[in-house]
Amino acid sequence: MSVPEDLLRTLAPQVLGALLRRYDDFAAAEDAVQDALLAAAEQWPRAGLPDYPRGWLIQVASRRMLDHLRSEQARRRREDAHGAEPPPPAVPDQDDTLDLLFLCCHPALKPPAAIALTLRAVGGLTTAEIANAFLLPEKTMAQRISRAKLRIKESGVPFGRPDTDRLAAVLHVLYLTFNEGYTSSVGPDLQRRDLASEAVRLTRVVNALLPDDGEVAGLLALMLLTDARRDARTAPDGSLVPLTEQDRTRWDHDEIAEGVALITATLPRGPVGPYQVQAAINAVHDEARTAEDTDWPQLLALYGVLRGMSDNPMVALNHAVAFAMVHGPAAALDLLTTLAADRRIAGHHRMHAVRAHLLDMAGDDAAAAEQYRLAARRTTSRPEQHYLTIRAAQAAAAVSTE
Amino acid sequence: MKYMLLMQASERIEHPPIHEWDPADVKAHLRFMQDFSAKLVADGEFVDAQGLAGPEEAKVVRSTASGAPAVTDGPFPESKEFLAGFWVIDVDSLDRAIEVAAAASAAPGPGGAPVHIPIEVRQIMSAPNTEE
Repeated sequence: MSVPEDLLRTLAPQVLGALLRRYDDFAAAEDAVQDALLAAAEQWPRAGLPDYPRGWLIQVASRRMLDHLRSEQARRRREDAHGAEPPPPAVPDQDDTLDLLFLCCHPALKPPAAIALTLRAVGGLTTAEIANAFLLPEKTMAQRISRAKLRIKESGVPFGRPDTDRLAAVLHVLYLTFNEGYTSSVGPDLQRRDLASEAVRLTRVVNALLPDDGEVAGLLALMLLTDARRDARTAPDGSLVPLTEQDRTRWDHDEIAEGVALITATLPRGPVGPYQVQAAINAVHDEARTAEDTDWPQLLALYGVLRGMSDNPMVALNHAVAFAMVHGPAAALDLLTTLAADRRIAGHHRMHAVRAHLLDMAGDDAAAAEQYRLAARRTTSRPEQHYLTIRAAQAAAAVSTE
Repeated sequence: MKYMLLMQASERIEHPPIHEWDPADVKAHLRFMQDFSAKLVADGEFVDAQGLAGPEEAKVVRSTASGAPAVTDGPFPESKEFLAGFWVIDVDSLDRAIEVAAAASAAPGPGGAPVHIPIEVRQIMSAPNTEE
């Protein structure tokens, strides 16, 4: 018999929640749950699935927790007084997954620490798996997780009902986790794809727990509509394929259908937030049968809405690309000249890449080649650098044949 | 973000080569380097650290039109600078990478005074950002 991996991962936060309701020691409870998960992964395939897997895990984790407390008490007893031993917790009915997410995406933690802790405590991944996904030594990742737990303990925030103000932090951590997996589906980083799947799974859990929150649904739709293009976005040799050149038959049309249905049902309910608008943008791309069929006026309107929501220069750059597709490259290049005054983006590789693209559209090969070269020099992504270098060479070749 | 910190040794540096230091100073320097890596592990930022054998042992290899590669000694005969070792760290920001590099640059030299060895900070290329 094989143990469904999703079962252990779904139960992991519920078991941890049960322990935290009884024992106020996040770090020790989290370690105890990891021990119980390992025991289950080892014993269940041999002995068969227990009748009540959740109860089984809570019992084993509680026993580990008690062992830990006993040794702590023995240590303290040697130092001073004696203490009564707490009884094991009753199996609760409620699902504490959301409360745990709020705890792990604590504002005291920087994103890399929050992501690692969330994957372990809520996602039920082992430290080795997380280290592997981030291409880090296991020891480094173990330290990162234990420091994160320590910070949460020091912050003194108790485990309990979620504070809705912090939902944005949870969604941000899930979004970053998805991006880590999605953007690195290239070459040796292939195993990191699991991070994207894990982020989608956790966002589904949050969406099921908070079905009325439009931004949770928006984030899930955004992930599905982005993930749908994953296989088409890299060529067999690992090089990047831009959206307009992707083989759309390789897109995952089930994911697209699910994402489109979700965002279509969510948008009219309002209020509309940035995740919903980004999902809508991706839905427009995904619904075009060919690149030429893309509804650019619709995209331009959506980027306009997104720009109104956040002062993000990257959004302004994407808006300029949509503007070029509707009103032509010359007008869009004027927009870039205004944008270039923004210190946050002046000299950024994306600025050069977009300018190169617009000059390319305008037929100015020499200027495009120069901008592609600048972009290639400044990007910190290798696949992107390869792509930009090839475009620079193509533009330069076009100049010499003129 | 991952960064490589490259320790650039130079023959032009003010103090003598390490094998001419007082043994106690050499020990203090090596202890510092060990503690430095251990601290990076404890901070959850360590990826890798290696020292490189001296430039006297280095070979430069070039393929040639004739098929047999040309092998010459040393990194670059005229160069007075060479790579002595490197760290790879995974940190939140460039500021943090610079902070780590500055700490490494202050490793103790003769008489316990900081060596002020230059450390080059280079970002390691990663995955592309999302295209949207």
